[in-house]
Amino acid sequence: MIDAQHVYKTFITPDKRKVEALVDFTLHIDPGEVVVIIGPSGSGKSTFLRCINRLEEIDRGKITVDGQDLHAPKADINKIREEIGMVFQHFNLFPHKTVMENVTLAQEIVRKRKKSEAIEIAEALLKKVGILDKKDVYPSQLSGGQQQRVAIARSLAMQPKVMLFDEATSALDPEMIGEVLDVMKTLAREGMTMVVVTHEMGFAREVADRVIFMDSGKIVETGTPEHFFTNPEHERTKLFLSQIL
Amino acid sequence: MPSRLSLLRQKEPALKFTRRSAITVVVLLVLGYLFYHFFISKGITYTWHWNDIPKYLFYFGKRHPSEPVPSWHMGALMMGLTLTLKISVVSILFAIIIGLIVGIARLSEEPITKFITACYVELIRGTPLLVQIYIIYFFIGTMLRLSAFAAGAAALSIFEGAYVGEIVRAGIQSIHKGQMEAARSLGMSYAQAMRHIILPQALKRIIPPLAGQFISLIKDSSLVSVIALADLTFRAQQAVAQSLDAFEIYFTAAGLYLVMTFTLSMVTQYIERRMAVSD
Ligand SMILES: Nc1ncnc2c1ncn2[C@@H]1O[C@H](COP(=O)(O)OP(=O)(O)OP(=O)(O)O)[C@@H](O)[C@H]1O
Ligand SMILES: [Mg+2]
Repeated sequence: MIDAQHVYKTFITPDKRKVEALVDFTLHIDPGEVVVIIGPSGSGKSTFLRCINRLEEIDRGKITVDGQDLHAPKADINKIREEIGMVFQHFNLFPHKTVMENVTLAQEIVRKRKKSEAIEIAEALLKKVGILDKKDVYPSQLSGGQQQRVAIARSLAMQPKVMLFDEATSALDPEMIGEVLDVMKTLAREGMTMVVVTHEMGFAREVADRVIFMDSGKIVETGTPEHFFTNPEHERTKLFLSQIL
Repeated sequence: MPSRLSLLRQKEPALKFTRRSAITVVVLLVLGYLFYHFFISKGITYTWHWNDIPKYLFYFGKRHPSEPVPSWHMGALMMGLTLTLKISVVSILFAIIIGLIVGIARLSEEPITKFITACYVELIRGTPLLVQIYIIYFFIGTMLRLSAFAAGAAALSIFEGAYVGEIVRAGIQSIHKGQMEAARSLGMSYAQAMRHIILPQALKRIIPPLAGQFISLIKDSSLVSVIALADLTFRAQQAVAQSLDAFEIYFTAAGLYLVMTFTLSMVTQYIERRMAVSD
């Protein structure tokens, strides 16, 4: 479903330093697979996710999503992005739109659905994430956990083939993390292809097919959740896990 | 039940307002007295002719001797006010269009677009409006056979458009970049994201500075009197030349400008309150 081959990404910081965010990064993700990416701050996790839908341009290498080369000369990035849902750490709901409008807007203007159809889909999804009763309020009136669930519904409304989660629960108060993780777990069990950057190892243990540990823009170690909990190989992995567990 | 603290907080603005108003009134009275005293002490006496003023607003009579029956007509100042309003409204509309284009273009990744719009803004902001009016009227206006009104409106639009452009740019930049990213990641094009997500939020934020700019525009429009456009200022000058009631007429003209700017100010406050629902 997602195939990244020898991807390089270097940032130039404002003070002209070069930061190698991804170095010869290669990863293949099958349809329906749930991949959890862990790693220390600055290891390139977000950068990888953002390259998958071209919020960042890669310097070198090749990324295909559902068989479509992101950088093919005739690639329509907007079309490709319709198939890739993304959930952000800070939700990024549209504050001037109600919950319902947040979920229907892209359906109407991107997927060109009729308003009634968009609303129907939105209602089903809002119900699924347990927030249908708030459909007419503005995001500022919702808690963080509620906002993130709306954001997930907003992405799902496009009926994407892949969902990317970038620390979707890191900005939440502890008591709200569970409600968002529950939605993500349901999604995983329904067979959605997911790439999840998170520090929630409980989530990884429950639903991840594969865990990837990144450091300095590279994959250091990859394996099943059990592998990481029982006998991680690399010293850096052990050190990192000891810090977050 | 609201706490005592919150009750206090609710009351505070009203309290502040009355106290401030009282101070303002006192200051005005003192200034007025000093001003008056100064005049008396200098032996300047001025006979007010406020009776002459109403006819500059509305009068009952015949505009031409040829008119069969007398009726109500606008006086010179009212006619000037109408032209000032007309040119202001037209210029505000064009300034918004120019400002939107310039504001967005200045944020373009395309270096030439960026450069051209930056030059426009610097050029317009770096030269006086009066000079621009002359250039547009005498040079461009003559070439393109523009009427004085068209030239005046063009000069004002181009001038204020540069400022509106800067306001729009700042407004767009003040929207968190996560908004654009969320919109784009849903498959929206740049234009769709701008139109549906970024601009509505930015516009809401820039209403106060925009209102300030449009108030400036109304006042700046008085400069078009130099190209013989019969706006409020021009009509006031003419009326003074005829009647010599300089104080009364200029005070009245100032009052009329104030009515326009204050109305605009009130309207924007109303719009701001209406738009605050999603906060
Ligand atoms: N826009 C940018 N400009 C400059 N440097 C950047 C930019 N984005 C990321 N970087 C740098 O690239 C490296 C990788 O960043 P990235 O955000 O992918 O890390 P991360 O693994 O997601 O970290 P975190 O856990 O803190 O979110 C970091 O050193 C970061 O400082
Ligand atoms: Mg990150």
